[in-house]
Amino acid sequence: MNNITFESRQVALRKGEHYGEEYKKINPFCLVPAIDDEGFKLTESMAIVKYIINKYNLPEHWFPRQNLKHQARVEEYLQWHHANTRFCCGSLLLELVINPQASGKPVDHVAVENLRQKTTVMIHQLESYFLKDKNYLAGDEISIADLFAVCELMQLFVCHEHSLYEKSPIVKSWMERIKNQTNPYFDEAHKIVYRIHDGYKKISAKL
Amino acid sequence: MPLRLYYDLLSQPSRTAYMLLKMNKISFEAKEVDLMKGEHKAESFKKENQFGLVPFLDDDGFKVIESVAILKYIIGKNKLPDHWYPSELKAQTRVEEYLRWYPSNTRSACVNLFLQLVMIPKFTGNPVDQEAVKGCRDKVTEMIADLESYFLRGKKFIAGDKISIADLLGVCELVQLYGCHEHELYEKSPVVKAWVENVKQETNPCFDEAMVKIHHIHKVFLTEYAQK
Repeated sequence: MNNITFESRQVALRKGEHYGEEYKKINPFCLVPAIDDEGFKLTESMAIVKYIINKYNLPEHWFPRQNLKHQARVEEYLQWHHANTRFCCGSLLLELVINPQASGKPVDHVAVENLRQKTTVMIHQLESYFLKDKNYLAGDEISIADLFAVCELMQLFVCHEHSLYEKSPIVKSWMERIKNQTNPYFDEAHKIVYRIHDGYKKISAKL
Repeated sequence: MPLRLYYDLLSQPSRTAYMLLKMNKISFEAKEVDLMKGEHKAESFKKENQFGLVPFLDDDGFKVIESVAILKYIIGKNKLPDHWYPSELKAQTRVEEYLRWYPSNTRSACVNLFLQLVMIPKFTGNPVDQEAVKGCRDKVTEMIADLESYFLRGKKFIAGDKISIADLLGVCELVQLYGCHEHELYEKSPVVKAWVENVKQETNPCFDEAMVKIHHIHKVFLTEYAQK
């Protein structure tokens, strides 16, 4: 979106490429994303995003540096994200797709139902606190808080659980707003998500 | 109206905010919220903070949740010394890297062990789930190895030579394990043990003041919790 040139190195998780010796030299935690900026190696998506914003002095709205209160609103969401949005969406995808595929065991429907309830609470909190009277999570303009949140919620789209957020008109219209503002890059970044969503009925029939 | 901090020194991130304010001699109105008595669930507190969690900051009506957001707001508003959150990009980025890894690693591992040994038995009356405790100990051990081999490798503090909020958050989380007699999990790493000592030295006497509830739990743990 910001026309920054970068060397793209895809690491296919489904092929276990993140555990290879070559990749471990980049990120010993064997996770993506990671960057290597002329030998300065960095893990953790939020740290990477902030590094890019600062290095290239990107527009203020992505992460406010001038206005302390605007910045505090973005920081509030970024930290809440880990134990809430990311935990719910990541865990639901794990329970419905990743764990059954990896272990060969059937889906744990009790765990799934529990996570659906937690996700419903999380969606309600997005609606009632972060998006209350606002078009974006941290204020009047799009920021990295919105990018992190929407990319995480799209994991629910992968495994056909997107009704959990679509039943909130506020969250649904906010997601559309983010997609419209970031396209065509949003669709490009989500092409694997769309592909797995389309093939999901076949995948889930085997689990 | 002075800054108002809602906190409980039982809570790891609460201790961090409390210490940052005290060390920098910033006046604040101290509002203790007793988690053991369930005061965070009271209607009066939930009216201020719908999440019912601590720490929570109210700066003349500007309300902030989440410890990292609170710490950065305090630093920015009071223009605290640079080392707490460095302005130099690479040092700052190393702090950020830890701050973003910490919730799902240091915090999650330590909180879950403390929950299994102290909070869950206390609030449910059930015996300690030893299998869950073993799982939690394994996660803590893995996290300590990552701290040693990546975040603290060849460095006194996470950002380099000087203490930052990354160190405060990390160490406040680890010493929760001292409360439930699991501190050997981090003390057996000489690198991590030295880091905890360095942070204590840099922050005392505020560190000891903030540890008062953890010291109490450590003292009564064997009689009040360990047998359940």
